[in-house]
Amino acid sequence: MHAIAGETLTMSDDITEKVLDVIAASKRMPREQVTATSTFEELGMDSLSGLNLIFDIESAFDVSVPDEVLERVKSVPQLIENLKLLLAQKAAPPGLPQ
Amino acid sequence: MGVICALGNDLASMWPACRDGHPGIAAITSLDTTNIRYKNGAEVRGFDPAQHFQPTQADFLDRFAQFALVAAREALASSGLTFSPGEGARTAVVTGSCVGGQSTQDAGFVSIYQQKTNRAHPLTIPRCMANAGASHIAMELGISGPVYTISTACSSANHAMGQAFWMVRSGLVDAAITGGSEAPFSFGFLKAWEAMRIVAPDTCRPFSKDRQGLIMGEGAGMLVLESMEAAQARGANILGEIVGFGMSSDAGHITSPTVEGPASAMRSALADGGLAPEDIGYINAHGTGTAGNDRMETAAIRSVFAQHADKLAVSSTKSMHGHALGAAGALEAVATVMALRDQLVPPTINFRVPDPECDLDIVANQGRPAVIGGALSNSFAFGGLNAVLAFRKI
Repeated sequence: MHAIAGETLTMSDDITEKVLDVIAASKRMPREQVTATSTFEELGMDSLSGLNLIFDIESAFDVSVPDEVLERVKSVPQLIENLKLLLAQKAAPPGLPQ
Repeated sequence: MGVICALGNDLASMWPACRDGHPGIAAITSLDTTNIRYKNGAEVRGFDPAQHFQPTQADFLDRFAQFALVAAREALASSGLTFSPGEGARTAVVTGSCVGGQSTQDAGFVSIYQQKTNRAHPLTIPRCMANAGASHIAMELGISGPVYTISTACSSANHAMGQAFWMVRSGLVDAAITGGSEAPFSFGFLKAWEAMRIVAPDTCRPFSKDRQGLIMGEGAGMLVLESMEAAQARGANILGEIVGFGMSSDAGHITSPTVEGPASAMRSALADGGLAPEDIGYINAHGTGTAGNDRMETAAIRSVFAQHADKLAVSSTKSMHGHALGAAGALEAVATVMALRDQLVPPTINFRVPDPECDLDIVANQGRPAVIGGALSNSFAFGGLNAVLAFRKI
């Protein structure tokens, strides 16, 4: 368990950086203007650009973001948190022996 | 009038089902939904093209054009109008379609990209083009006047019927066959709607607080329009009267609606018809069942009608026949004409929880007798394009 936690932590930093890269590319804004604490509103996102971002995140991380998860995500930290959960589920699907 | 949709394949079956709140929404059967997040739609059922078309004609017709022809034939037959050779020059056909021959296009792409045939069927273009329905109606009925198709997403049919109405009113033509048709159930197109994340996982619940989105529908509605004087003079069976048309553009966002755009279109329709807000007793709402539309439409209705908004009946028949995109306004025009004729407001079915942001009299779950002198039918499209028709009891 400890080893897995350590790996997750390292992976998490990479995830954060990659998410910020994807946001900058998706929103066509300078990378330095995207921070890990921004809300979508602060980034000037509306519902359609939010959908575009999630589509780009799905492509970049090879995950599928369910509608009910999308409804919870209104900021970069929420996006990162939920993405990590999805990636963890993907790595170890629920119900399989840990 | 002629109609074909999930509630019935002609007016005699569609209107009683609509009036009585029958559900047209069910599991999609025309294609495999395993890899689509939503499973339900409002499909036309029991439609056998062979009963309507010779194989030589059917070869040229995508499903959306088949619907257009079937509804136009019914409309013309019920109007009693006939065209002698040469008379068709004073008649128009104006149809609405959002996406034209989707299933033909989808099959062509499957052939090229998936099956690697590297060849497309030669009838792909004539079947796909959005004006195919209008052209086949003109060809079959000998109508040689203005014939064209309007594509403004979910407002297509209302824009089409509004233009046809204005052409008849201005005397540009003596008669018009007008409405909309759509057949959007193709895998690629349903996936594109999935990506918008506004299709409900279960059903369409307009104005209900627990609404989760729209449900795709299909079909066609067609109306035969002529001046009241001409219709009376030949002793026609007159079903209803269109008195006004209004349109506007939000000039805002490509998918998010405004309040002012729809409100402006409703005001224009009232003004065009010489109607006061108090003349309206029923609004057939755009009422898609999405969070955004129903909230904004409520605000727009309140903005136009002020205190009279609380005396109006408002319902969304999309809860029954689904959202038929470019045919939506035509199905709803049929419902609105029949509501005025029978003095009965069709319900908004699937309604469960009142929403303070949609606090209109939305005629939940059961149709209701009402004294209605005038009615509006709203269509508001992606792209911010709004088109509203005003009707009056005859």
